[in-house]
Amino acid sequence: MIEWVSPSLFFYLGAAILPFIKGKGRSGLLLSIPVLALLTILSASQGIHGVVSFAGQELIFGRVDKLSLGFGAVFMVSAFASLVFALHVKDCREHISALLYVGSAVGAVFAGDLFSFFLFWEIASFSSVFLIWLRGEEASNAAGMRYILVHITGGLLLFGGIVIHVGSGGGIAFDAMPQMGLGPTLMLMGFLINAAVPPVHAWLADAYPEATLTGVIFLSVFTTKTAIYALIRGFPGTPILIVLGAVMAVYGVMYAVNENNCQRVWCYHLISQNGYMITGIGIGTALGINGAVSLAFTNIVYKALLMMGISSVTHMTGGRKQSELGGLYKSMPWTFLLFVVGGFAIAGVPPLVGFVSKSIVVSAAAEIHQGWVILMLVFGACGTWLHPLKLIYMVFLGEDRAKDRKIKVTDPPANMLWGMRILATLCIVFGLFPGLLYGMFPEPMEYHPYTLGHLVEAFQYMGFTLLVFMLFLKKLTPENYISLDTDYIYRKGSLVFMWLVKRLAFLRHVT
Amino acid sequence: MNLGDFFRKYGEDDIFCKKAKKGFYVFLGLVVISDFFVHHDHVNFLWDKIPGWWSAYGFISTVVMIVLSKAIGHAWLMKSEDYYD
Repeated sequence: MIEWVSPSLFFYLGAAILPFIKGKGRSGLLLSIPVLALLTILSASQGIHGVVSFAGQELIFGRVDKLSLGFGAVFMVSAFASLVFALHVKDCREHISALLYVGSAVGAVFAGDLFSFFLFWEIASFSSVFLIWLRGEEASNAAGMRYILVHITGGLLLFGGIVIHVGSGGGIAFDAMPQMGLGPTLMLMGFLINAAVPPVHAWLADAYPEATLTGVIFLSVFTTKTAIYALIRGFPGTPILIVLGAVMAVYGVMYAVNENNCQRVWCYHLISQNGYMITGIGIGTALGINGAVSLAFTNIVYKALLMMGISSVTHMTGGRKQSELGGLYKSMPWTFLLFVVGGFAIAGVPPLVGFVSKSIVVSAAAEIHQGWVILMLVFGACGTWLHPLKLIYMVFLGEDRAKDRKIKVTDPPANMLWGMRILATLCIVFGLFPGLLYGMFPEPMEYHPYTLGHLVEAFQYMGFTLLVFMLFLKKLTPENYISLDTDYIYRKGSLVFMWLVKRLAFLRHVT
Repeated sequence: MNLGDFFRKYGEDDIFCKKAKKGFYVFLGLVVISDFFVHHDHVNFLWDKIPGWWSAYGFISTVVMIVLSKAIGHAWLMKSEDYYD
């Protein structure tokens, strides 16, 4: 009997045969892949599987434990909903890129050694860039190039770290790393780049909004969450992560205030959310790790839903910026409703899923008596609520800023709506029955989110955030600008570099 | 009635919108008052003893977030859309 079939295998095989299958067969194939992979994951017994000897090393392709099972299962559910959302896409290159990308991300989650983990990590980077390039615009070509250069840098840091760690006798097992030494430090830097931790975060907000409308859904889930998984696995309880995570939680929501492009607002929002997870990982207690895992799982669901909402709006109207949208609740009522569910879920409005996940990290910070962390996280939570409010209002409720639009706007095609409905249902079900979520945690935990104290606390800061939103509505009017971020350094720096290279080449020619 | 008509009915009803706004202000008041009577499970920090603390903190945080981001943006970070072209 076969004891382990790598879930990646379904995705890679599917990508290989996809070009030869057309029509409904293609849709059937696309949807069956995550289902088969999920069944494989759920039927796998915990332990070490898929051991392959290579160059004198034992590579492990199937380390199955509660952490990898949870991430693997949530990845597959999200992949299914995202593929449903993308079914109308005719270009099979986009599906192939998505399949290779998701297959590699899930492969990385089940990898038990550093080399096989690195292999999947890199395939994920190189396959995901096509989801940006396939948009086919000049801006997306350039953004994709910057994206891959940043990820090559991150990959090199990770590989350098692995080689130094293994070379100094650390072994190839991918478990909790020592917190000192050059090897683990380089590996941590590689992970932090992919987790979009400031100041090495700008690639995310630069590249994701330039991806295809369906590609951005996959991108918003798999790269940063694989990095979060890697940090949980390799660096739990690393104190610097508490500081970096708390800064991220605030940085992301501050930057999102001025953003006009809707996808870019979600990108900064995503950075803020990842900050919560990284804080939990840095705290490193059972509550901290469970909080990080809980947020990762739920964020995968509602962030993908929110990205789908904006992609649907762009698909139907052509608009990507708040300044060119508005008043769509009448013409896109289902999209509006599902977007509201996602927005309320991410903000943690009870009884949706964000409420039962967010308070765990805050409680973990209280447990270790770090008051400043709590204050920064709640500041971030106010922003996590402010921005969905802003987008719900600017895109769906406020005045239509494109009244002279020639096309008749309706809800998107059925497959796109169903992709969103699946995720919105999960937001409600996991919120009402948090035990389903808590059962997937790596550490055993007794936690009751629906206490009167928690509810009054959440209603207070959320209620007053909404009040400020109403008072400052005019100040939040979208403006047709972009905001400079740390990508300025390499976007302008590369021009200086090229100027220097040309000068040197000229001088060489003269001499 | 389909979903679009349902939203249109309430979205374009000014009386309903005004009532909803009033209801929200009452809700805010009730939430702050209730904090005086709610037992908090863990009292770790100074603010856990101040009723209405999270209301004030939520209000101030959001004001700071908007005002500070807009100020830094207008003074320094916000550039025209073709800045990098």
